[in-house]
Amino acid sequence: MRASNRRAVIAGVHNTRQARRLEEETSRSLMVKAVLGALDDAGLALSDVDGVSAMADSTSLIYDLGVGPAWQGQDFGAGMFAEAAAAVEKGYAEVVVLVAAQAGSYTDRAATAPWTRPENEFVAPWGMFTAAEFALIARRHMEVFGTTREQLSRVAATIRNNGDRNPEAIYRGRGPFKPADITASRPIAEPFHLLDCAMTSEGGCAAVVTTAERAGSLRRDPVHVLGAGVDFFGPSYQFPPSFDLRGRRDAPSNGWAGRRAADLAFRQAGIERDDVDVLELYDPFSFEIIRQLEAMRFCPEGEGGPFVEDGRIELTGSHPVTTDGGLMSFSHAGANPQMMQRVIRGVQQLRGDAGPLQVPGAHVALCTTGGAGALFTGVILLGDDLP
Amino acid sequence: MTTRLRAQTREVPHAVPSEVTAPFWDGCARGELLFQRCARCRAITFPPSEHCRGCLARGQVWEASAGRGTLYSWTVVHRPVTPAFDPPYAAAIVTLDEGYQMLTNIIDAAPDDLRADLPVRVSFRRVGGDLRLPYFVPA
Ligand SMILES: [Zn+2]
Repeated sequence: MRASNRRAVIAGVHNTRQARRLEEETSRSLMVKAVLGALDDAGLALSDVDGVSAMADSTSLIYDLGVGPAWQGQDFGAGMFAEAAAAVEKGYAEVVVLVAAQAGSYTDRAATAPWTRPENEFVAPWGMFTAAEFALIARRHMEVFGTTREQLSRVAATIRNNGDRNPEAIYRGRGPFKPADITASRPIAEPFHLLDCAMTSEGGCAAVVTTAERAGSLRRDPVHVLGAGVDFFGPSYQFPPSFDLRGRRDAPSNGWAGRRAADLAFRQAGIERDDVDVLELYDPFSFEIIRQLEAMRFCPEGEGGPFVEDGRIELTGSHPVTTDGGLMSFSHAGANPQMMQRVIRGVQQLRGDAGPLQVPGAHVALCTTGGAGALFTGVILLGDDLP
Repeated sequence: MTTRLRAQTREVPHAVPSEVTAPFWDGCARGELLFQRCARCRAITFPPSEHCRGCLARGQVWEASAGRGTLYSWTVVHRPVTPAFDPPYAAAIVTLDEGYQMLTNIIDAAPDDLRADLPVRVSFRRVGGDLRLPYFVPA
């Protein structure tokens, strides 16, 4: 077997139904539906699977799906795909199914979602939660670089307008949005207003990672994993989310989380920033898009605000971002499903499955997960072919 | 005319301190803002840790901060994390003059007064129960 045939590909993806609340579902029922959906998309069966990646649920899923003996993954977000890709390239597994789902755990609507509430003794007494963590990063950038409230609104309006036109988005048909609509929504954690923020919802998703050789005979054209990287600065929501937090190496600070990861991913892929056709950026809050464009060197530091002002990040622009409506408008279920869905959207774009939101001639997608407010960012580069 | 930012008055979420962190909260109860300084390399570690985050030595010594610093970043929260918090409040990162950063809330200020590098000083306030929290006010 030639080594190149073991290059990792994504052979199938599936999103279950997404909704604000899926009364009849549990996280487990959604996981099962997602796994079967992704395998069907790939043209594979459970009997082909010898690897499962579902964070803490990996081991019980191996048992419940009856796929043992199998490799089990532990990572999440972009790192989950990188881990699975490494596993098939190394030969630890042939067919890995990656899955995440969430239903039924967020019912107390008087509070923010449970996974957003820190319990650390140096964080919780100050009324911190996810929006506030990311707001501290955004505010510092606005003070240092002069990024404006209107620039944040431009980002949120762009992403929400993508979701408005996406038949699969929970907030389909809610638009169109003008930047002024974002600014006019009620303040949550300033600078963020309601429409700068992700929604909360329920849903599941799955993907199948295998080798190029195995994928050659499957139902869909494979999407190649060209490169990936992950940057972590520490546990989320336990320490001050400082833009200038840095480790002991001469390396980017937390405000530029994702730069090292992106540099590594591009080096592995052997391509340049200009080769990227679509950016499925993780959008928990509007400012994250501006920050990630700077962190990943799509524009110089401090110029992300002006960069998003002229339509560049819209579907018809040079750098279309978050084309399904993202966490703001498509879905934001639990911790990991919404991260996996950034990668799944990249796959959809490269397979030409994005319907009214298809980026014409999309050959390379960059997908991200995480953000500086949470002290980590993951990056993965996908291609419809090897460069 | 904007609302004035105030300290919380009712009980707020607060985890039980560990052996490592208890001296900090005991300091707050006395009106002292403590941090750990390494006996070996003199580096400051905050939030507290078993090991110096500079040289990884154990044997750090608690020291009192002068409680003065500058505002690094902030967010005025209007939609609180749980109903336990009365909005609006300004969650913030301050940089202490000793050179470390901590999370806090800025109080006794109007939201429009807040700006990067605003001089601030610590002000201990009792919230529900026996808990005294190190808030910061404009200096
Ligand atoms: Zn030391």
